[in-house]
Amino acid sequence: MCGNCGCSELGDLPIHTHHQPEHSKNEKIRSLTITQSILSKNDRLAERNRNYFLAKGLLVLNILSSPGSGKTALIERTITERTTEMAEDASAIASSLQDRLKVGVVVGDLETDNDAKRLRSTGASAIQITTGGVCHLEAEMVLQASQNLNLDLIDLLIIENVGNLVCPAAYDLGESLRVVLLSVTEGEDKPLKYPTMFKSADVIIVNKIDIAEAVEFDREQALTNIQKIAPEATIFEVSARTGVGMEAWYDYLEEKMHKGFSHKGFSTEDASRSQTDIA
Amino acid sequence: MHEVSIMSQTLEIATENAQQQGANQIHRLKMRIGEMSGVVPEALNFAFDVVTEGTIAQGAKLEMEIVPVVCYCPHCQIEFQPPDLFYECPQCDRLSNKIIAGREIELTSLEIS
Repeated sequence: MCGNCGCSELGDLPIHTHHQPEHSKNEKIRSLTITQSILSKNDRLAERNRNYFLAKGLLVLNILSSPGSGKTALIERTITERTTEMAEDASAIASSLQDRLKVGVVVGDLETDNDAKRLRSTGASAIQITTGGVCHLEAEMVLQASQNLNLDLIDLLIIENVGNLVCPAAYDLGESLRVVLLSVTEGEDKPLKYPTMFKSADVIIVNKIDIAEAVEFDREQALTNIQKIAPEATIFEVSARTGVGMEAWYDYLEEKMHKGFSHKGFSTEDASRSQTDIA
Repeated sequence: MHEVSIMSQTLEIATENAQQQGANQIHRLKMRIGEMSGVVPEALNFAFDVVTEGTIAQGAKLEMEIVPVVCYCPHCQIEFQPPDLFYECPQCDRLSNKIIAGREIELTSLEIS
């Protein structure tokens, strides 16, 4: 008996021929089991970056936020204040080898190299990646760009991601620490609106606290939201413009530089199981 | 809108697998999308139509299985499905950041000929 329509395959050929073409068509369609993480390629490249940066002894920060939260300002102040301070330390202790904290920056934007120019004026080496419309940085872009920096001469590599709280969350770059910024003008419920990003953060920095009062920022509510969404993240409250609260951030960075630290990464176990078989 | 690049990569993987099997048409793609993956299924559907145009997957059907978030509480050593964005262990009320499912963006199977 035919499995499709129940008609007898024995004898009554003229009736059976009506669905013969369909049978042969169905037989041709095959099912193929794959089970592959779409981002497995980026995850692999990110892991390669992580090992590479680790071998170079670099602390790598991936800095993320909405456009205009103050990523560039935070990096600028971190570079200028921290490097100056460490230079003073070095002159105080003449024998110290650590004369200056050397920073390299890779900065991603859809267009223009304004941010790289701005960062270069601090004396740091900065490489601009213009993604040409791509809304996030990927591991491969970071590796390519970092080849234009002399990684042997720097201690801290800061990656300023494209201003976007959605897409970059999914892309591991091989960073040691993922730093997410939230400025007080964005509202205290931002972590609730973009949980994927905030849950992926190792560090969350509340920026622009110098104007918190003017924009009626509910600090307690914001901190509660952050802690509930990202219970393991380290939180800093700063103004990158005035410098308030930055000291704690520097101390944290310095501690991490001495200790060495690796971001948990994003490759799920699923990424490793990739199998192909015909069902 | 990284859904377009996600979908392009999906199509790349699908095409490669289909061609390895000697197929010249993809009829159906099945994916698993985690609730906490940061990908919007509607946007993926839209991107699918755009990126498959003129390829061996043109006209194919895209099926997405949404994977709910599953967390692990290291204190109670249990897995649980959080009812909201706060991943609070139902036994000890501690917040967990250990997500063991819900971040997937996977291609699981194809129908080819």
